[in-house]
Amino acid sequence: MSDLREDIARLVHSLHRVSREAGPMAVMEVCGTHTVSLFRSGVKAFLPESFRLVSGPGCPVCVTAQGYVDAAIELALKPGLTVATYGDMVRVPGRKGSLEDLRAKGASVLVCYSIRDAIRHAQANPGQQVVFLAVGFETTAPATAAAVLEAERLGVGNFSVLSGHKLVMPAVEALLSAGDVPLDGFLLPGHVSVIVGSRAFVPVAERFAKPAVVTGFEPEQMLRGLLRLAELVAQRRPAIENVYGVAVAEEGNPVAMAFIERVFEPVDAEWRALGVIPASGLGFRERFAAFDAARRFALTFGADYDPPGCLCGNVIQGKAMPGDCPHFARGCTPRRPIGPCMVSSEGTCAAWFKYGRNFRHLPPPVLAAG
Amino acid sequence: MTPAKAASRAGSRNDDEVQVVLAHGGGGEMTKRLVEGHILSRFANPLLSPLTDAAVFPEMRGQVCFSTDSFVVQPLEFPGGDIGRLAVCGTVNDVAVMGADVMGLSLALVLEEGLLFSTLDRILDSVAAAAREAGVPIVTGDTKVVERRHGDGLTITTAGVGRRVDGVELGPWRIRPGDRIIVSGGLAEHGLAVMSAREGLGFDTSIRSDAAPLNGLVRAVLEAGPGLRFLRDPTRGGLAGLLVDLSEETGLCVELEEEALPLTPAVRAASEMLGLDPLSIANEGKLVLVASPDAAPRVLELCHQHPLGRRAALVGTFTEASPPLVELVTRAGGRRIVLRPYGEDLPRIC
Repeated sequence: MSDLREDIARLVHSLHRVSREAGPMAVMEVCGTHTVSLFRSGVKAFLPESFRLVSGPGCPVCVTAQGYVDAAIELALKPGLTVATYGDMVRVPGRKGSLEDLRAKGASVLVCYSIRDAIRHAQANPGQQVVFLAVGFETTAPATAAAVLEAERLGVGNFSVLSGHKLVMPAVEALLSAGDVPLDGFLLPGHVSVIVGSRAFVPVAERFAKPAVVTGFEPEQMLRGLLRLAELVAQRRPAIENVYGVAVAEEGNPVAMAFIERVFEPVDAEWRALGVIPASGLGFRERFAAFDAARRFALTFGADYDPPGCLCGNVIQGKAMPGDCPHFARGCTPRRPIGPCMVSSEGTCAAWFKYGRNFRHLPPPVLAAG
Repeated sequence: MTPAKAASRAGSRNDDEVQVVLAHGGGGEMTKRLVEGHILSRFANPLLSPLTDAAVFPEMRGQVCFSTDSFVVQPLEFPGGDIGRLAVCGTVNDVAVMGADVMGLSLALVLEEGLLFSTLDRILDSVAAAAREAGVPIVTGDTKVVERRHGDGLTITTAGVGRRVDGVELGPWRIRPGDRIIVSGGLAEHGLAVMSAREGLGFDTSIRSDAAPLNGLVRAVLEAGPGLRFLRDPTRGGLAGLLVDLSEETGLCVELEEEALPLTPAVRAASEMLGLDPLSIANEGKLVLVASPDAAPRVLELCHQHPLGRRAALVGTFTEASPPLVELVTRAGGRRIVLRPYGEDLPRIC
């Protein structure tokens, strides 16, 4: 057996033992990358059946309120304007179709890997307005802030940003305050924690008396995180721990946080289904208002809504599993998504569609002798 | 630089010497100049040179294999290849995987007005080089010009004719439980190379397209005899798409070993970063081979002896498990289902 498989086998056995002793528990993996990585790595199949994982509001596209999506689509309809976006946003359906539909009809939609590509596009096409759709959490916000500073320095006047950036912690607090879903603990994403620091999650423990563990995305890291979380739940110890190792400092990454703070300030933001959460989004500071696409194009965001019958709003809160939705894998597939959770590769429904439909639990792997 | 700017920079030369114009498709003197000056000069061979309406092959005995493919790709040139190399390799490979010697290719070009001759010439050089590499002549062709914005710069259609090697039978119906699956080398390189070159997806990478003519490798592995059951090149849809097809066609389960998959560190890193599954990403110079358990070691050895099969690996097995699915045994020892990819995979946020 390879070293990795041996390590995994030991962790799985420990998790099964803790879980057997402590009884059923439900923990939330906040981040969409964890949802997908748990399936992809095969780790999920090894989890005890009584150890329930609930996916949380950690997929950037999924938590983006429908009003933002419709505003982006309105923008793409304007002549002389290019909407630049990361890939998974283009397929989210709005009232007037998706950006992908509009692109097929001739609208200018640029799929970028980096926001810098949008700035370059704006420089190369000075007669065109270029609006970047900035969605995502603390992981992508520093890059947006740095790009805005760069655009200012370079004097790129035809570039602006529609900020849909969100902060992870306020959503976790909102879920806990609502208390609709019984949760025993949280698995926290390493990459967000690298930026904000594990200290940012202290309220989970202090206000809500729940344990949380920060971990990475490798199979062994995820299992180590889940095992530690199960132990903390079993011991009723509401602690915030980090098994991601050196990458996460308690105080996070001050440079990245400084970029965010220079350009953005916390604003009340609307989340899909969760409604407006105070100080949970990032809006432009007055000094950078010129780069705010919402002001430049006098956009107003309509009310949030779920497409008829779509359960995305419940899925991102852990209130429903993808299979509970009447559209899942019937009307709603990654090719023709009805809701955003089926669009994004990080989305819970897309993950279940891709990896979960023939999912079965496996017995714990046999341990090598000794 | 836009084509128009390039044309004006060329200064004293006429526009129609620098870029394709509609008149090049008119059938007159300009067409003749285009065809003779840019195309025929590169592809002279005994089957093409008489310039008859159709190429005449000397008598062909046995089973004839015939295939066609159209090529559209943006950008036209990407790390490790271009649309020309792709157009030759794609069709050569489709005919070759039938167990055939490829005898000749057609080459039909649809040029968009404004395409720079410098670009066209580079791509035609690449067509010629790939055809030489494959040892397959371009025996007939056609050229059309479409108005600006009515083409994709350049689209190419090739068709290929081949003669199946006597006694060879390859097909999914020959696959049995226990048969082994071999891939001839590193996966996902073509798709990632094209993505890396696409506007707006400029991530730094050393990944180059694997586009290559596989007829030589096919000829080499046919040595293994009837224990070789099936060959195909996993292009669009990648290895995942091909294996899901095979699982459905045979009613058998496929068990893949993640640890055995030949993926370079660069491919792993780029797919991870883009949130894409390398199993679903296109290849243009790889073979998937299915062989009986007895023949598999010999097939693998024959691959390793060929320059295009040095990194060949045994990656999986057909089993009778039910339901018939493609299952990946992960590096961690867990399992997950592999599905046929849907449409175009999109890079993710964060």
